[in-house]
Amino acid sequence: MFYRESGQFKSSYKEDMQAFPIREDKIGIAVWLLLAYLYVPFFGLPGLEYGFALNAIMIPVLIFTITTIGLNILVGYTGQISLGTAAFMGVGAYSCYKLTSYFPDVNIIILIFSSGFFAAAVGALFGLPSLRIKGFYLVVATLAAQFFLEWCFIRIGWLYNFNPSGAIEVPQREAFGFIVTGAAAEPVTRYLVVLTILIFLTIIAGNLVRGRIGRSWMMIRDMDIAAELIGVRPLTTKLSAFAVSSYYCGVSGALMVFMWLGAAEVESFDVNHSFLYLFMVILGGLGSITGSYMGAAFIWTFPLVLKEIGKVFEINPTVMENVSLVAIGVMIVFILIKEPHGLARLWQLGKQKLRIWPFPH
Amino acid sequence: MKDIAQGYMTEDGRQIGAVLMELKNITLKFGGVQAITNASFDIREGEIRAIIGPNGAGKSSMLNVINGFYHPQEGEVWFHGKKRPSMPPSEIARQGIARTFQNIALFHGMTTVENVMTGRQLMMKKNFFWQLLRVGPALEEETVHRRKCEEIIDFLEIQAIRKTPVGSLPYGLQKRVELARALAMEPKLLLLDEPMAGMNVEEKEDMSRFILDVNDQYGTTIALIEHDMSVVMDLADRVVVLDYGKMLADGTPDEVQKNQAVIDAYLGVEN
Repeated sequence: MFYRESGQFKSSYKEDMQAFPIREDKIGIAVWLLLAYLYVPFFGLPGLEYGFALNAIMIPVLIFTITTIGLNILVGYTGQISLGTAAFMGVGAYSCYKLTSYFPDVNIIILIFSSGFFAAAVGALFGLPSLRIKGFYLVVATLAAQFFLEWCFIRIGWLYNFNPSGAIEVPQREAFGFIVTGAAAEPVTRYLVVLTILIFLTIIAGNLVRGRIGRSWMMIRDMDIAAELIGVRPLTTKLSAFAVSSYYCGVSGALMVFMWLGAAEVESFDVNHSFLYLFMVILGGLGSITGSYMGAAFIWTFPLVLKEIGKVFEINPTVMENVSLVAIGVMIVFILIKEPHGLARLWQLGKQKLRIWPFPH
Repeated sequence: MKDIAQGYMTEDGRQIGAVLMELKNITLKFGGVQAITNASFDIREGEIRAIIGPNGAGKSSMLNVINGFYHPQEGEVWFHGKKRPSMPPSEIARQGIARTFQNIALFHGMTTVENVMTGRQLMMKKNFFWQLLRVGPALEEETVHRRKCEEIIDFLEIQAIRKTPVGSLPYGLQKRVELARALAMEPKLLLLDEPMAGMNVEEKEDMSRFILDVNDQYGTTIALIEHDMSVVMDLADRVVVLDYGKMLADGTPDEVQKNQAVIDAYLGVEN
């Protein structure tokens, strides 16, 4: 009734190749954008305290969405697997910290975008084994990257400016006349910066996966031998996927430390976080950008929701924490069996049903 | 067939040109197994060349040699009058050799039109930064190639399944999408590995018609492997017969049919 493509005719290939060919989808996206830019900055989230809504929900969810999109490019679109995500985020965070130490006057947003390139280079380097090995063996190789980089973050004092605590502490930095990092930065400024970067990176990811490069990634994922016989070079394709994916991870790592945590140690980039991001990708939907949003939002808010429920029923918070871990585990197993394409697929099925409602036959 | 150095005329009046690919004394071994022994034949511009033989004769191995997936221990591959050095299959694809597979090798996560678009990969040149902006030249390029793909989709009559994920298509249509993908590469030499395996008579007729149309309309040189003899005898201009990796015969369908060695290989010899 409300979601129909009938009557919307495409008269050129350009129109047919749009990101959202159906008019109702465009309206939906516009509504989301309006809410994100005009409602949330003023009122936060309904029913929640303003600072909590921004600091504990919106900002981390948006940052993790960038990570999830990045990891999805590698896992969902190219079919390679990585457990080094958190470490690649660490590379982004530490390089942004070093850059801003050396160039304190440069706009921090430029530095955040530049730090992604360091992560991309490291990611491409650790992606080299993917040319020879697949599946579980590649997981082990990326796990090695995770532990090696963690070791670097602890042992190489230069990375955290020989700070005795071993942590990187975010200095106050300005961009376009606003304080965007450090303790004095308003949550709403940080929220808007993160949101804008996320939207920018989403558009780019959407463009890449729909074009030649995205197709070559998916060719490698679906049938690497056929891809090679069509002329796709496995080396460049796999490494470009590792590089782009790690770029996203690097930017999100820098954002995580500079816009959200304010200070970070190696624990923020450990292997548990790598697993968490992988869960976001799997639950949200492999090979779907919409799914990346859903996965990140779901995995992050679900424990918070359970905590609130626990408060209502006066259950011990630590019990609730374990319950949420168990619940997420069960859900991942369930999703893997019942719907391997995750929440994004469910969303799509829902839309498909709506399309032919109320006459499903 | 000694008088064909400059090409020849087929029975239905098509002019066949000079040698496009020549295989000289190919020998391929897997460990102790001799898959192909000292096989030599050529493929000429514009012709439909069939490779036949009983199971395990080395036909698919021969195609794999042609598109560089296997590297023969001995022998030379000449393409366009030049000896081809040993190179990875992705480079050979760039020289204009496309193929389809015996067990369909489509990209199952993509729709029909996306699968056909993958055939255009090599012709799309806009670099990474245009790709991520997807405006101006990059979008223009995408549109140009999309149009070309739509032409091929029209040609093979698969418009209705344009946006269907290929995984959910029936077998016969998947084979057709695979042919569309190979055609989108605009190959100089098209290799078809059992294009009609597992099809019913009607589907075989359709497929045969498409193969002839492709050859006729695009002038594509085709080398195919097929088990259905009536199809081979109708389609092919010249036939190579392999058995146990050795060449039994090479000639027009009529010549091959009369060859005693071929009859023995297919029907068995009375001891």
